Amino acid sequence: MKLGVVIFPGSNCDKDMIHVLSNVMKHEVVELWHKDHDLQNVDGIFLPGGFSFGDYLRSGAIARYSPIMKEVIAFANKGGFVFGVCNGFQILCESGLLPGALLHNTNQKFICKNIYIKSSGNNSAVNNAIDNGKALKIPIAHGEGKYYADKNVLDEMKQNNQILFHYCDENSNVTEEANPNGSLENIAGVCNKNKNVFGMMPHPERASEGILKNTDGKLIFDSIFNYLEKSIENK
Amino acid sequence: MSNRQVTIKDATKLGLTTEEYDKVLSILGRVPNYTELCLYSVMWSEHASYKNSINWLKTLPREGEQIMVEAGEENAGMVDIGDGLACVFKIESHNHPSAVEPYQGAATGVGGINRDIFTMGARPIAQLNSLRFGNIESDRTKWLLKGVVRGIADYGNAFGVPVVGGEVYFDDSYSTNPLVNAMSVGIVKEGETISAISEGVGNPVFIVGSSTGKDGIHGATFASADLHEDSADDIPSVQVGDPFQEKLLLEASLEVIKTGALVGMQDMGAAGIICSCSEMSEKGNSGMKINLDKVPLRQENMEAWEMLLSESQERMLLVGKKGRESEIEAVFDKWDLNCKIIGEVIAEDKLEYFHKGKLVAEVPASTLVLGGGAPVYDREYTEPAYYKENLKFDISQITEPNNYVEVANALLKAPNIASKKWVIEQYDTMVQTNNMNTNEPSDAGIVDVRGTDTALALTTDCNSRYVYSDPEQGASIAVAEAARNIVCSGGEPLAITNCLNFGNPYNPEAFWQFVGAIKGMGDACKRFNTPVTGGNVSFYNQTSIKGVNIPVYPTPTIGMLGLLKDKTNKMSLSFKNEDDLIYLIGETKNDISQSEYLNTWHKVRKSPVPYFNMDEELAVQDVVKKLISSKVINSAHDVSEGGIFITLLESGLTNNLGFDIKSDKNIRKDAFLFGESQSRIIVSVSKQKEKELLDIANLGNIQFNLLGKVAGSKMIIDNENFGDIKIAKEDYDTALEKLI
Repeated sequence: MKLGVVIFPGSNCDKDMIHVLSNVMKHEVVELWHKDHDLQNVDGIFLPGGFSFGDYLRSGAIARYSPIMKEVIAFANKGGFVFGVCNGFQILCESGLLPGALLHNTNQKFICKNIYIKSSGNNSAVNNAIDNGKALKIPIAHGEGKYYADKNVLDEMKQNNQILFHYCDENSNVTEEANPNGSLENIAGVCNKNKNVFGMMPHPERASEGILKNTDGKLIFDSIFNYLEKSIENK
Repeated sequence: MSNRQVTIKDATKLGLTTEEYDKVLSILGRVPNYTELCLYSVMWSEHASYKNSINWLKTLPREGEQIMVEAGEENAGMVDIGDGLACVFKIESHNHPSAVEPYQGAATGVGGINRDIFTMGARPIAQLNSLRFGNIESDRTKWLLKGVVRGIADYGNAFGVPVVGGEVYFDDSYSTNPLVNAMSVGIVKEGETISAISEGVGNPVFIVGSSTGKDGIHGATFASADLHEDSADDIPSVQVGDPFQEKLLLEASLEVIKTGALVGMQDMGAAGIICSCSEMSEKGNSGMKINLDKVPLRQENMEAWEMLLSESQERMLLVGKKGRESEIEAVFDKWDLNCKIIGEVIAEDKLEYFHKGKLVAEVPASTLVLGGGAPVYDREYTEPAYYKENLKFDISQITEPNNYVEVANALLKAPNIASKKWVIEQYDTMVQTNNMNTNEPSDAGIVDVRGTDTALALTTDCNSRYVYSDPEQGASIAVAEAARNIVCSGGEPLAITNCLNFGNPYNPEAFWQFVGAIKGMGDACKRFNTPVTGGNVSFYNQTSIKGVNIPVYPTPTIGMLGLLKDKTNKMSLSFKNEDDLIYLIGETKNDISQSEYLNTWHKVRKSPVPYFNMDEELAVQDVVKKLISSKVINSAHDVSEGGIFITLLESGLTNNLGFDIKSDKNIRKDAFLFGESQSRIIVSVSKQKEKELLDIANLGNIQFNLLGKVAGSKMIIDNENFGDIKIAKEDYDTALEKLI
C-alpha cells in the first residue's frame, strides 16, 4: 500500500507521521509537497500537524489554498481516504472537507499533555480496531483545538454518526473536567458524511510505539489499515 | 550620518572606553567614520567579544576524546555519540531583551539558539530552558513569567522542537532582571556538518532568509550594560521573531548543505551582518567586499550602519562555491526564502562595505573579533563581606518546627518546588516523538536517537543560592547535580555547555563570584570528564534603581549532555510497586544550609553552601550507575531542593504510591527531611533484589541505608501521617497556577 503525507511549509509533525506509517505500520510512504499537483497514485492521504504558513491567520486558513489541496479535495470527492491530525484537521475544516471549525482553546493557551478520548462506535475507518468505550490515552498539542459547529450542522453530524471521538477521563466518562480545550460537547474527532475524510485534534502518531510507553494511538492506525486493506480488496 | 567623522564623545555614547577608542585609531591609522565606529562598538561589546571573561574561560577544560569540535571553534560544540552521529548543543542567554519585552525577548532567544545548532548542519531534536524570576507574588514577575513562557512556547512550538527539560526558579534578586537561558540540542551525521568559514577568492557571499529591518540595532551593546529605570526606552534594541521563517530557514539550510555547493555558513545573531562577515572571514584568513544595496530590506531609508548592526532574526550568511550559485538559489526558491548575492570573498584581511555606490566602511576583519584585535582584560576581584558572614550561620540558632506536617505541606507548594506544570504544558514536549519521559519521567530529559540503540540524556542545573553563598563550591555542585540527574536516568555524562549569568564585571565583588564559579566549574568538569564545549557569558545582570545596584544571584547554568548507550537502561524516578524497599544511597548530614526550607520557612538567607564532597559524589554516582546497569533497582531520584521529603513525594506522584519511612535519630529531623546536603539518591528495589543491591552498595566506598518501603497511598514518616499522596499531588500540581 502506498500512502501520501502532505508537507506544507510550517508542517512539523510530517516526519512523525511518516515514521509511524513507514517504520511502525510498515507501509510505503511518499511526501507530497504542497506546491505539487501529482498525488502519485497513493491509496490514502495524511495531513500532519504543525503550523502551516505559520498559522498567523486562522490555523489552516492559508494552507487550504496550496496547489495540492485542489487534488486532495478531488481525491476525497471520489471517495479516497483522507486523515488529518491537529493542523491537518484544521486544514480539512478550512477547506470544507470536514464540517465545523477549530477555535482558540478556552484558556487562550497552547496545551500539550496526555488526554483521554473515547470512540463512538467501532465501525468506521479510524475506530474499527478499538474496543467500544475504551478510553485511549493520546496527547494533544494545540492552541486552536476548540471544536465548534452550529446547531444545524451538529444535528446533521449526529444523525449521520459523524462524531467519532470525544474527550473523556481515564474511566471513559465524558465530563466537563475532561474537556481540555472547551470543545463543543467534548468533540475531539469527526468525519464527513461519506465517512472517507477524518480529522482529529489529538496526535495518535505520538502514542504508537513501545519506546514511548504508550501505544493507544496505534489502535487508530490499525483501524485505518484494516479499512484501507478492505477497500483495496473491494476495488 | 554614516560617513561623518566621529569624536571620543560618539565612542563613549556607543559604549567604547577611551582606551578602546584609541585602539581603533591606531588600528585604522585614522579617525573612523560613524559606520566604522559602530562596527567596533558592537564587535567589542562584552556580549560579542567576551573581553572581560575570556581569560578565565580559557582555564576551563575543553578537551576530551568525545569532543569533535571544541569550545570557540564553531557556533556550538560537537560531541561524538557513536553510530556515526554527533551531537551539537549549546545554551545561551536572552536576559536583557526579556526584561523589557518578555515575549519577543524569550522568543528570539529560542530562535537564536536553534540557529546556532542548524547553522552547523545539525537538526535540532530537543530544547531545554532555564528561567529565573523575582517574587511570584509581584505583578511585574507575573507579567514577565507569562510573557517569557508564551514567547518560548509560540516560537518553539511552531518551530517544532520538543522541550524536554529545564528549570524555573523564583528569587527576589531577579525581580527586574529575569534570566532566560535557552538550550538547543541537535544531531548530525558525521561528514554532513558545515563550518562557519569564508575562503576562496571570488566566491560569492549570500544573505538568505528574512529581510533586514531596524529591529535589534545595538542589541549586543544593550546586552552589555546595566539595566536601569529607562531601559524600556531601549525596546527597539529587542528583535522580533518569526518562527515560521525559522522553520523554513532550517529546512532550506539543511537541504543546501547537501548540495555540496557551500563553503561555509553562519547564522546572524548578535551584531548581525558585521559579526558574521568578520568571524567567517577571520576564520578563513580572508576578507569580503559587500554591496549593501543588495541586502533585502524590510523598510526604506536604512543607513549603512543600521543594516550592518541590525539583529533582524532568521537570517544566514552563506559563502558558496563560485559557479554553483544556481544550486544554492534553487533550494531557497523552493522554500520561498530570500537568497541574494551581496558580495564576494577577497584575499586581504579587509571588510569593504559599499552603499549607494560609495565605500562606507573599510576595516580589517580580524581586528573586530575575539582572538584577533578585540580587547582582552583582566578584571580585579575581591571577596565580598557577605561570604564570611554566611559562614557564621549556626544551625542551633534555628528552632525546629513543632509541626512537621505543616512545614511539609507548605514546602510542596513553594514556587521553587511545586510542579512547573503551568509552564510546561504550554510547551510542545512531544513533537518529533522522541521524548521518552512523557509517560515515564526521569531526572534528566531522555531523547530517543532514532535508528540506534542510544538515547541522549539532557539536563540544565544551577542552584544560585549555593553559588551566591560559595561560588566555587556552588558551581561544582551545579555540575555534580547535572551529572547526578543524568546518572539517575541511566546515562553517562559526556560534556557541558554553560550560560554564565553574573553582575557587572567592573564590580570587583561581582567579578569575584564569576572567578570562583569558573574555578569550581572547571574542577568539577575535570572530575566528571565533561569538557566545556561552549556557551555564553551574560554580565550586567543587575538593576540600578535610584543609584543602587542590585545584582542577581550569580547563576552559572550548566547544560549537560549524557548518553545512554542502551536506551532500554533508562531509569525512571517513579516508584513502581507497593512494598518495594526504599534505600538512600549517600549520607544525610545535619545540614539545612541554603535549603529551600531555611529560606522560605525560616526566611533566613544567610548561610553557607550545603555539605558537598566531590569524592563522595563520584562514589555515590558510581554505585547508582552499577545498580541501574545491573537492572537491580526500580527507580532512582536525586535529592535536591526540598530534601528527602520532596524527593519521596515526587517519586510517588506518577503512580499514586505513598511511602512509610523512618528518619535518622542522629540528626535533626528538619535536616533529615528538608536538608539539602549533596550527593544523595533515593532508589527503590524489590525485596527479591535487595541482596543484589547490598552486594553492589557494599563494594562502593559510600554510606547507604534503608529508609523504609513504598506503601499504600499515605506518606508515613516515623509513624506519623503526612497526608494522602493524591491530595499532595493536587496541591503540588496546582500551587504555581494558583499563585499566578
